[in-house]
Amino acid sequence: MRRPSYQPARFAAFARGLVLALVWVPVLLGSAAATAKEAADAATNPALEARVMAVSEELRCLVCQNQTIADSHADLAVDLRNQIRTKLQAGESEREIKAYMVERYGDFVLYRPPLKATTVLLWVGPFALLALAAFALWRTIRQRAQRLAAAAPSDAELARARRLLKPDPAGHSDR
Amino acid sequence: MKRFLPVIVFAVLVAFLAIGLKLDPREVPSPLVNKAAPAFKLPLLAQPEAMLTPADLRGKVWLLNVWASWCVSCRVEHPLLVELAKTGTVPIYGLNYKDKRDDAMQWLRERGDPYLQSISDADGRVGIDYGVYGVPETFVIDREGVIRYKQIGPLTPEALRDTILPLVRKLGA
Repeated sequence: MRRPSYQPARFAAFARGLVLALVWVPVLLGSAAATAKEAADAATNPALEARVMAVSEELRCLVCQNQTIADSHADLAVDLRNQIRTKLQAGESEREIKAYMVERYGDFVLYRPPLKATTVLLWVGPFALLALAAFALWRTIRQRAQRLAAAAPSDAELARARRLLKPDPAGHSDR
Repeated sequence: MKRFLPVIVFAVLVAFLAIGLKLDPREVPSPLVNKAAPAFKLPLLAQPEAMLTPADLRGKVWLLNVWASWCVSCRVEHPLLVELAKTGTVPIYGLNYKDKRDDAMQWLRERGDPYLQSISDADGRVGIDYGVYGVPETFVIDREGVIRYKQIGPLTPEALRDTILPLVRKLGA
Protein backbone atom coordinates (compact mmCIF):
# COMPACT_ATOMS: atom_id res chain seq x y z
CA MET A 1 0.00 0.00 0.00
CA ARG A 2 2.79 2.39 0.86
CA ARG A 3 4.15 4.35 -1.99
CA PRO A 4 7.91 4.59 -1.99
CA SER A 5 7.95 8.33 -2.61
CA TYR A 6 5.87 9.14 0.49
CA GLN A 7 8.07 10.61 3.21
CA PRO A 8 6.11 11.21 6.38
CA ALA A 9 8.81 13.25 8.09
CA ARG A 10 9.19 15.66 5.22
CA PHE A 11 5.42 15.95 4.86
CA ALA A 12 5.04 16.69 8.58
CA ALA A 13 7.68 19.41 8.38
CA PHE A 14 5.93 20.93 5.37
CA ALA A 15 2.55 20.80 7.14
CA ARG A 16 4.01 22.44 10.22
CA GLY A 17 5.52 25.21 8.15
CA LEU A 18 2.25 25.74 6.34
CA VAL A 19 0.28 25.95 9.57
CA LEU A 20 2.80 28.37 11.09
CA ALA A 21 2.63 30.57 8.01
CA LEU A 22 -1.17 30.47 8.01
CA VAL A 23 -1.27 31.51 11.65
CA TRP A 24 1.49 34.10 11.71
CA VAL A 25 1.24 35.89 8.40
CA PRO A 26 -2.27 37.30 9.06
CA VAL A 27 -1.32 38.13 12.65
CA LEU A 28 1.79 40.04 11.61
CA LEU A 29 0.03 41.75 8.72
CA GLY A 30 -2.85 42.68 10.98
CA SER A 31 -0.69 44.19 13.71
CA ALA A 32 1.46 45.96 11.14
CA ALA A 33 -1.67 47.53 9.67
CA ALA A 34 -2.89 48.57 13.13
CA THR A 35 0.48 50.06 14.03
CA ALA A 36 0.71 51.85 10.71
CA LYS A 37 -2.68 53.44 11.26
CA GLU A 38 -1.72 54.56 14.76
CA ALA A 39 1.61 55.87 13.53
CA ALA A 40 -0.22 57.95 10.93
CA ASP A 41 -2.48 59.36 13.63
CA ALA A 42 0.49 60.15 15.81
CA ALA A 43 2.20 61.98 12.96
CA THR A 44 -0.78 64.21 12.29
CA ASN A 45 -1.26 65.34 15.88
CA PRO A 46 1.54 64.53 18.31
CA ALA A 47 0.05 66.60 21.14
CA LEU A 48 -3.23 64.72 21.01
CA GLU A 49 -1.37 61.44 20.76
CA ALA A 50 0.64 62.27 23.88
CA ARG A 51 -2.61 62.85 25.76
CA VAL A 52 -4.07 59.58 24.43
CA MET A 53 -0.99 57.78 25.70
CA ALA A 54 -1.13 59.56 29.06
CA VAL A 55 -4.68 58.34 29.63
CA SER A 56 -3.91 54.89 28.23
CA GLU A 57 -1.07 54.41 30.67
CA GLU A 58 -3.51 54.72 33.55
CA LEU A 59 -5.80 51.98 32.24
CA ARG A 60 -5.44 48.25 32.39
CA CYS A 61 -5.84 46.14 29.29
CA LEU A 62 -8.61 43.65 30.04
CA VAL A 63 -7.27 41.00 27.70
CA CYS A 64 -3.65 41.01 28.84
CA GLN A 65 -4.05 42.08 32.40
CA ASN A 66 -0.50 42.98 33.28
CA GLN A 67 -0.24 45.55 30.54
CA THR A 68 -1.66 49.00 30.23
CA ILE A 69 -3.79 49.92 27.25
CA ALA A 70 -0.82 52.00 26.10
CA ASP A 71 1.50 48.98 26.09
CA SER A 72 -0.79 46.40 24.61
CA HIS A 73 -1.26 45.47 20.98
CA ALA A 74 -4.41 43.49 21.70
CA ASP A 75 -7.34 44.39 19.45
CA LEU A 76 -9.37 45.62 22.37
CA ALA A 77 -6.55 47.87 23.55
CA VAL A 78 -6.26 49.40 20.08
CA ASP A 79 -10.04 49.96 20.05
CA LEU A 80 -9.95 51.53 23.47
CA ARG A 81 -7.12 53.84 22.46
CA ASN A 82 -9.20 54.88 19.45
CA GLN A 83 -12.14 55.49 21.76
CA ILE A 84 -9.96 57.64 24.03
CA ARG A 85 -8.71 59.57 21.00
CA THR A 86 -12.27 60.20 19.79
CA LYS A 87 -13.33 61.35 23.22
CA LEU A 88 -10.36 63.67 23.64
CA GLN A 89 -11.07 65.14 20.23
CA ALA A 90 -14.66 65.67 21.35
CA GLY A 91 -13.25 67.76 24.21
CA GLU A 92 -13.80 65.35 27.08
CA SER A 93 -11.46 65.61 30.03
CA GLU A 94 -9.17 62.81 31.16
CA ARG A 95 -11.23 62.42 34.31
CA GLU A 96 -14.42 61.98 32.26
CA ILE A 97 -12.78 59.35 30.10
CA LYS A 98 -11.59 57.38 33.09
CA ALA A 99 -15.08 57.56 34.57
CA TYR A 100 -16.43 56.25 31.26
CA MET A 101 -14.08 53.27 31.38
CA VAL A 102 -14.86 52.53 35.03
CA GLU A 103 -18.59 52.58 34.24
CA ARG A 104 -18.02 49.81 31.73
CA TYR A 105 -15.18 47.73 33.11
CA GLY A 106 -15.17 48.57 36.82
CA ASP A 107 -12.42 49.91 39.06
CA PHE A 108 -10.30 47.03 37.85
CA VAL A 109 -9.31 49.01 34.73
CA LEU A 110 -7.63 51.66 36.83
CA TYR A 111 -4.00 51.04 37.63
CA ARG A 112 -4.47 53.41 40.56
CA PRO A 113 -7.64 52.14 42.22
CA PRO A 114 -9.69 54.66 44.24
CA LEU A 115 -9.80 54.45 48.02
CA LYS A 116 -13.16 53.08 49.10
CA ALA A 117 -14.67 50.46 51.39
CA THR A 118 -13.81 47.53 49.13
CA THR A 119 -10.26 48.69 48.47
CA VAL A 120 -9.26 49.75 51.98
CA LEU A 121 -7.38 46.50 52.54
CA LEU A 122 -5.47 47.07 49.32
CA TRP A 123 -4.37 50.55 50.33
CA VAL A 124 -3.91 50.08 54.07
CA GLY A 125 -2.86 46.42 54.07
CA PRO A 126 0.83 46.90 53.24
CA PHE A 127 1.21 49.65 55.86
CA ALA A 128 -0.59 47.50 58.43
CA LEU A 129 1.80 44.64 57.65
CA LEU A 130 4.76 47.00 57.95
CA ALA A 131 3.50 48.27 61.32
CA LEU A 132 3.00 44.69 62.50
CA ALA A 133 6.51 43.73 61.43
CA ALA A 134 7.98 46.84 63.08
CA PHE A 135 6.16 45.98 66.29
CA ALA A 136 7.46 42.39 66.19
CA LEU A 137 11.00 43.67 65.58
CA TRP A 138 10.75 46.15 68.48
CA ARG A 139 9.51 43.41 70.82
CA THR A 140 12.24 40.99 69.81
CA ILE A 141 14.94 43.59 70.32
CA ARG A 142 13.58 44.55 73.72
CA GLN A 143 13.29 40.94 74.85
CA ARG A 144 16.83 40.22 73.77
CA ALA A 145 18.11 43.28 75.67
CA GLN A 146 16.28 42.07 78.78
CA ARG A 147 17.73 38.57 78.41
CA LEU A 148 21.23 40.00 78.04
CA ALA A 149 20.74 42.22 81.09
CA ALA A 150 19.58 39.21 83.12
CA ALA A 151 22.59 37.21 82.01
CA ALA A 152 25.06 40.02 82.77
CA PRO A 153 27.87 39.00 85.17
CA SER A 154 27.77 40.24 88.76
CA ASP A 155 30.50 42.48 90.30
CA ALA A 156 32.12 39.51 92.07
CA GLU A 157 32.26 37.53 88.81
CA LEU A 158 33.75 40.51 87.00
CA ALA A 159 36.43 40.91 89.70
CA ARG A 160 37.31 37.22 89.46
CA ALA A 161 37.54 37.43 85.67
CA ARG A 162 39.84 40.41 85.95
CA ARG A 163 42.05 38.55 88.43
CA LEU A 164 42.26 35.54 86.12
CA LEU A 165 43.11 37.63 83.07
CA LYS A 166 45.78 39.70 84.81
CA PRO A 167 49.32 38.50 84.13
CA ASP A 168 50.57 36.75 87.26
CA PRO A 169 53.57 38.64 88.80
CA ALA A 170 54.77 35.45 90.52
CA GLY A 171 55.19 33.85 87.11
CA HIS A 172 53.23 30.63 87.70
CA SER A 173 49.95 29.91 86.04
CA ASP A 174 46.66 28.64 87.46
CA ARG A 175 46.87 25.56 85.36
CA MET B 1 1.44 28.81 71.53
CA LYS B 2 4.80 29.99 70.32
CA ARG B 3 5.66 26.56 69.05
CA PHE B 4 2.53 26.50 66.84
CA LEU B 5 3.06 29.95 65.36
CA PRO B 6 4.81 28.71 62.19
CA VAL B 7 2.06 26.13 61.68
CA ILE B 8 -0.61 28.80 62.05
CA VAL B 9 1.15 31.13 59.63
CA PHE B 10 1.50 28.25 57.19
CA ALA B 11 -2.18 27.36 57.50
CA VAL B 12 -3.25 30.95 56.85
CA LEU B 13 -0.97 31.12 53.82
CA VAL B 14 -2.35 27.86 52.45
CA ALA B 15 -5.91 29.11 52.97
CA PHE B 16 -5.21 32.30 51.04
CA LEU B 17 -3.46 30.46 48.22
CA ALA B 18 -6.29 27.89 48.02
CA ILE B 19 -8.85 30.68 47.66
CA GLY B 20 -6.58 32.34 45.11
CA LEU B 21 -6.48 29.17 43.03
CA LYS B 22 -10.27 29.09 42.85
CA LEU B 23 -10.60 32.68 41.69
CA ASP B 24 -10.46 33.43 38.00
CA PRO B 25 -8.36 36.56 37.57
CA ARG B 26 -9.61 36.96 34.01
CA GLU B 27 -13.15 37.36 35.18
CA VAL B 28 -13.86 41.01 35.82
CA PRO B 29 -17.22 41.52 37.52
CA SER B 30 -19.25 43.84 35.36
CA PRO B 31 -20.29 47.13 36.92
CA LEU B 32 -23.11 47.19 34.35
CA VAL B 33 -25.18 44.58 36.17
CA ASN B 34 -28.34 46.24 37.49
CA LYS B 35 -27.74 49.26 35.27
CA ALA B 36 -29.71 50.18 32.19
CA ALA B 37 -28.46 48.44 29.08
CA PRO B 38 -26.50 51.03 27.08
CA ALA B 39 -28.47 52.37 24.14
CA PHE B 40 -27.39 51.60 20.61
CA LYS B 41 -28.77 51.75 17.13
CA LEU B 42 -27.19 49.15 14.90
CA PRO B 43 -28.03 47.56 11.56
CA LEU B 44 -29.38 44.04 11.46
CA LEU B 45 -26.91 41.51 10.18
CA ALA B 46 -29.45 39.94 7.83
CA GLN B 47 -30.87 43.27 6.54
CA PRO B 48 -28.32 46.05 6.99
CA GLU B 49 -30.88 48.67 6.02
CA ALA B 50 -33.01 47.89 9.10
CA MET B 51 -31.98 49.06 12.56
CA LEU B 52 -32.51 47.67 16.01
CA THR B 53 -32.28 49.46 19.35
CA PRO B 54 -32.77 48.02 22.84
CA ALA B 55 -35.82 50.24 23.18
CA ASP B 56 -37.56 48.01 20.61
CA LEU B 57 -37.29 45.16 23.07
CA ARG B 58 -38.86 46.89 26.07
CA GLY B 59 -41.33 44.66 27.88
CA LYS B 60 -39.44 41.49 27.01
CA VAL B 61 -36.87 39.54 28.93
CA TRP B 62 -34.13 38.78 26.43
CA LEU B 63 -30.60 37.52 26.07
CA LEU B 64 -27.94 39.47 24.25
CA ASN B 65 -25.23 37.12 23.10
CA VAL B 66 -21.99 38.67 21.85
CA TRP B 67 -20.46 36.50 19.16
CA ALA B 68 -18.17 36.52 16.17
CA SER B 69 -17.22 34.07 13.46
CA TRP B 70 -13.53 34.46 14.42
CA CYS B 71 -14.25 33.57 18.02
CA VAL B 72 -13.19 30.06 18.89
CA SER B 73 -15.11 29.64 22.14
CA CYS B 74 -18.27 30.78 20.35
CA ARG B 75 -18.19 27.47 18.53
CA VAL B 76 -18.28 25.69 21.85
CA GLU B 77 -21.35 27.48 23.13
CA HIS B 78 -23.21 27.74 19.82
CA PRO B 79 -24.98 24.33 19.95
CA LEU B 80 -26.30 25.28 23.40
CA LEU B 81 -27.77 28.50 22.01
CA VAL B 82 -29.36 26.63 19.09
CA GLU B 83 -30.85 24.18 21.55
CA LEU B 84 -32.12 26.97 23.79
CA ALA B 85 -33.65 28.79 20.84
CA LYS B 86 -35.60 25.65 19.91
CA THR B 87 -37.23 25.54 23.34
CA GLY B 88 -38.46 29.11 22.83
CA THR B 89 -37.91 29.94 26.50
CA VAL B 90 -36.32 33.30 25.92
CA PRO B 91 -35.63 35.41 22.83
CA ILE B 92 -31.94 35.53 21.98
CA TYR B 93 -30.46 38.46 20.12
CA GLY B 94 -26.94 38.36 18.79
CA LEU B 95 -24.39 41.14 18.81
CA ASN B 96 -22.05 40.26 16.00
CA TYR B 97 -18.86 41.82 17.32
CA LYS B 98 -16.12 43.10 14.99
CA ASP B 99 -16.93 40.63 12.29
CA LYS B 100 -17.23 40.63 8.52
CA ARG B 101 -20.80 40.32 7.36
CA ASP B 102 -20.12 37.52 4.88
CA ASP B 103 -18.19 35.46 7.41
CA ALA B 104 -20.92 35.92 9.98
CA MET B 105 -23.72 34.93 7.58
CA GLN B 106 -21.75 31.90 6.49
CA TRP B 107 -21.18 30.92 10.10
CA LEU B 108 -24.89 31.05 10.85
CA ARG B 109 -25.73 29.04 7.72
CA GLU B 110 -23.29 26.34 8.74
CA ARG B 111 -24.06 26.10 12.42
CA GLY B 112 -27.66 27.18 12.68
CA ASP B 113 -29.05 30.55 13.65
CA PRO B 114 -30.39 30.72 17.20
CA TYR B 115 -30.89 34.48 17.05
CA LEU B 116 -34.18 36.27 16.45
CA GLN B 117 -31.93 38.94 15.02
CA SER B 118 -28.25 39.61 15.03
CA ILE B 119 -27.02 43.15 14.88
CA SER B 120 -23.61 43.99 13.55
CA ASP B 121 -21.17 45.99 15.59
CA ALA B 122 -18.48 46.17 12.95
CA ASP B 123 -16.14 48.61 14.72
CA GLY B 124 -16.79 47.30 18.24
CA ARG B 125 -17.99 50.62 19.67
CA VAL B 126 -21.18 49.11 21.11
CA GLY B 127 -19.08 46.26 22.45
CA ILE B 128 -17.03 48.78 24.41
CA ASP B 129 -20.23 50.37 25.69
CA TYR B 130 -21.27 46.97 27.02
CA GLY B 131 -17.85 46.41 28.58
CA VAL B 132 -17.16 43.48 26.29
CA TYR B 133 -13.62 42.19 26.60
CA GLY B 134 -13.82 38.47 26.03
CA VAL B 135 -16.16 37.20 23.36
CA PRO B 136 -18.45 35.33 23.83
CA GLU B 137 -20.41 37.16 26.48
CA THR B 138 -24.08 36.90 27.29
CA PHE B 139 -26.28 39.49 28.96
CA VAL B 140 -29.68 38.89 30.53
CA ILE B 141 -31.78 42.02 30.09
CA ASP B 142 -35.12 42.49 31.81
CA ARG B 143 -38.41 44.07 30.77
CA GLU B 144 -37.31 47.53 31.85
CA GLY B 145 -34.14 47.24 29.81
CA VAL B 146 -31.88 46.68 32.82
CA ILE B 147 -28.94 44.29 32.61
CA ARG B 148 -29.49 41.65 35.28
CA TYR B 149 -26.65 39.25 34.62
CA LYS B 150 -23.55 38.95 32.50
CA GLN B 151 -21.89 35.70 31.57
CA ILE B 152 -18.28 36.14 30.52
CA GLY B 153 -16.96 33.44 28.27
CA PRO B 154 -18.93 30.61 26.72
CA LEU B 155 -22.26 29.52 28.14
CA THR B 156 -22.17 26.15 29.82
CA PRO B 157 -25.09 23.79 30.45
CA GLU B 158 -24.55 24.41 34.18
CA ALA B 159 -24.59 28.20 33.86
CA LEU B 160 -27.78 27.99 31.80
CA ARG B 161 -29.52 25.55 34.13
CA ASP B 162 -28.43 27.01 37.46
CA THR B 163 -28.20 30.73 36.81
CA ILE B 164 -29.56 32.06 33.55
CA LEU B 165 -32.78 30.12 33.07
CA PRO B 166 -33.92 30.51 36.71
CA LEU B 167 -33.21 34.24 36.41
CA VAL B 168 -35.14 34.47 33.14
CA ARG B 169 -38.10 32.66 34.73
CA LYS B 170 -38.02 34.96 37.73
CA LEU B 171 -37.84 38.09 35.60
CA GLY B 172 -40.54 36.85 33.24
CA ALA B 173 -42.96 35.85 35.98
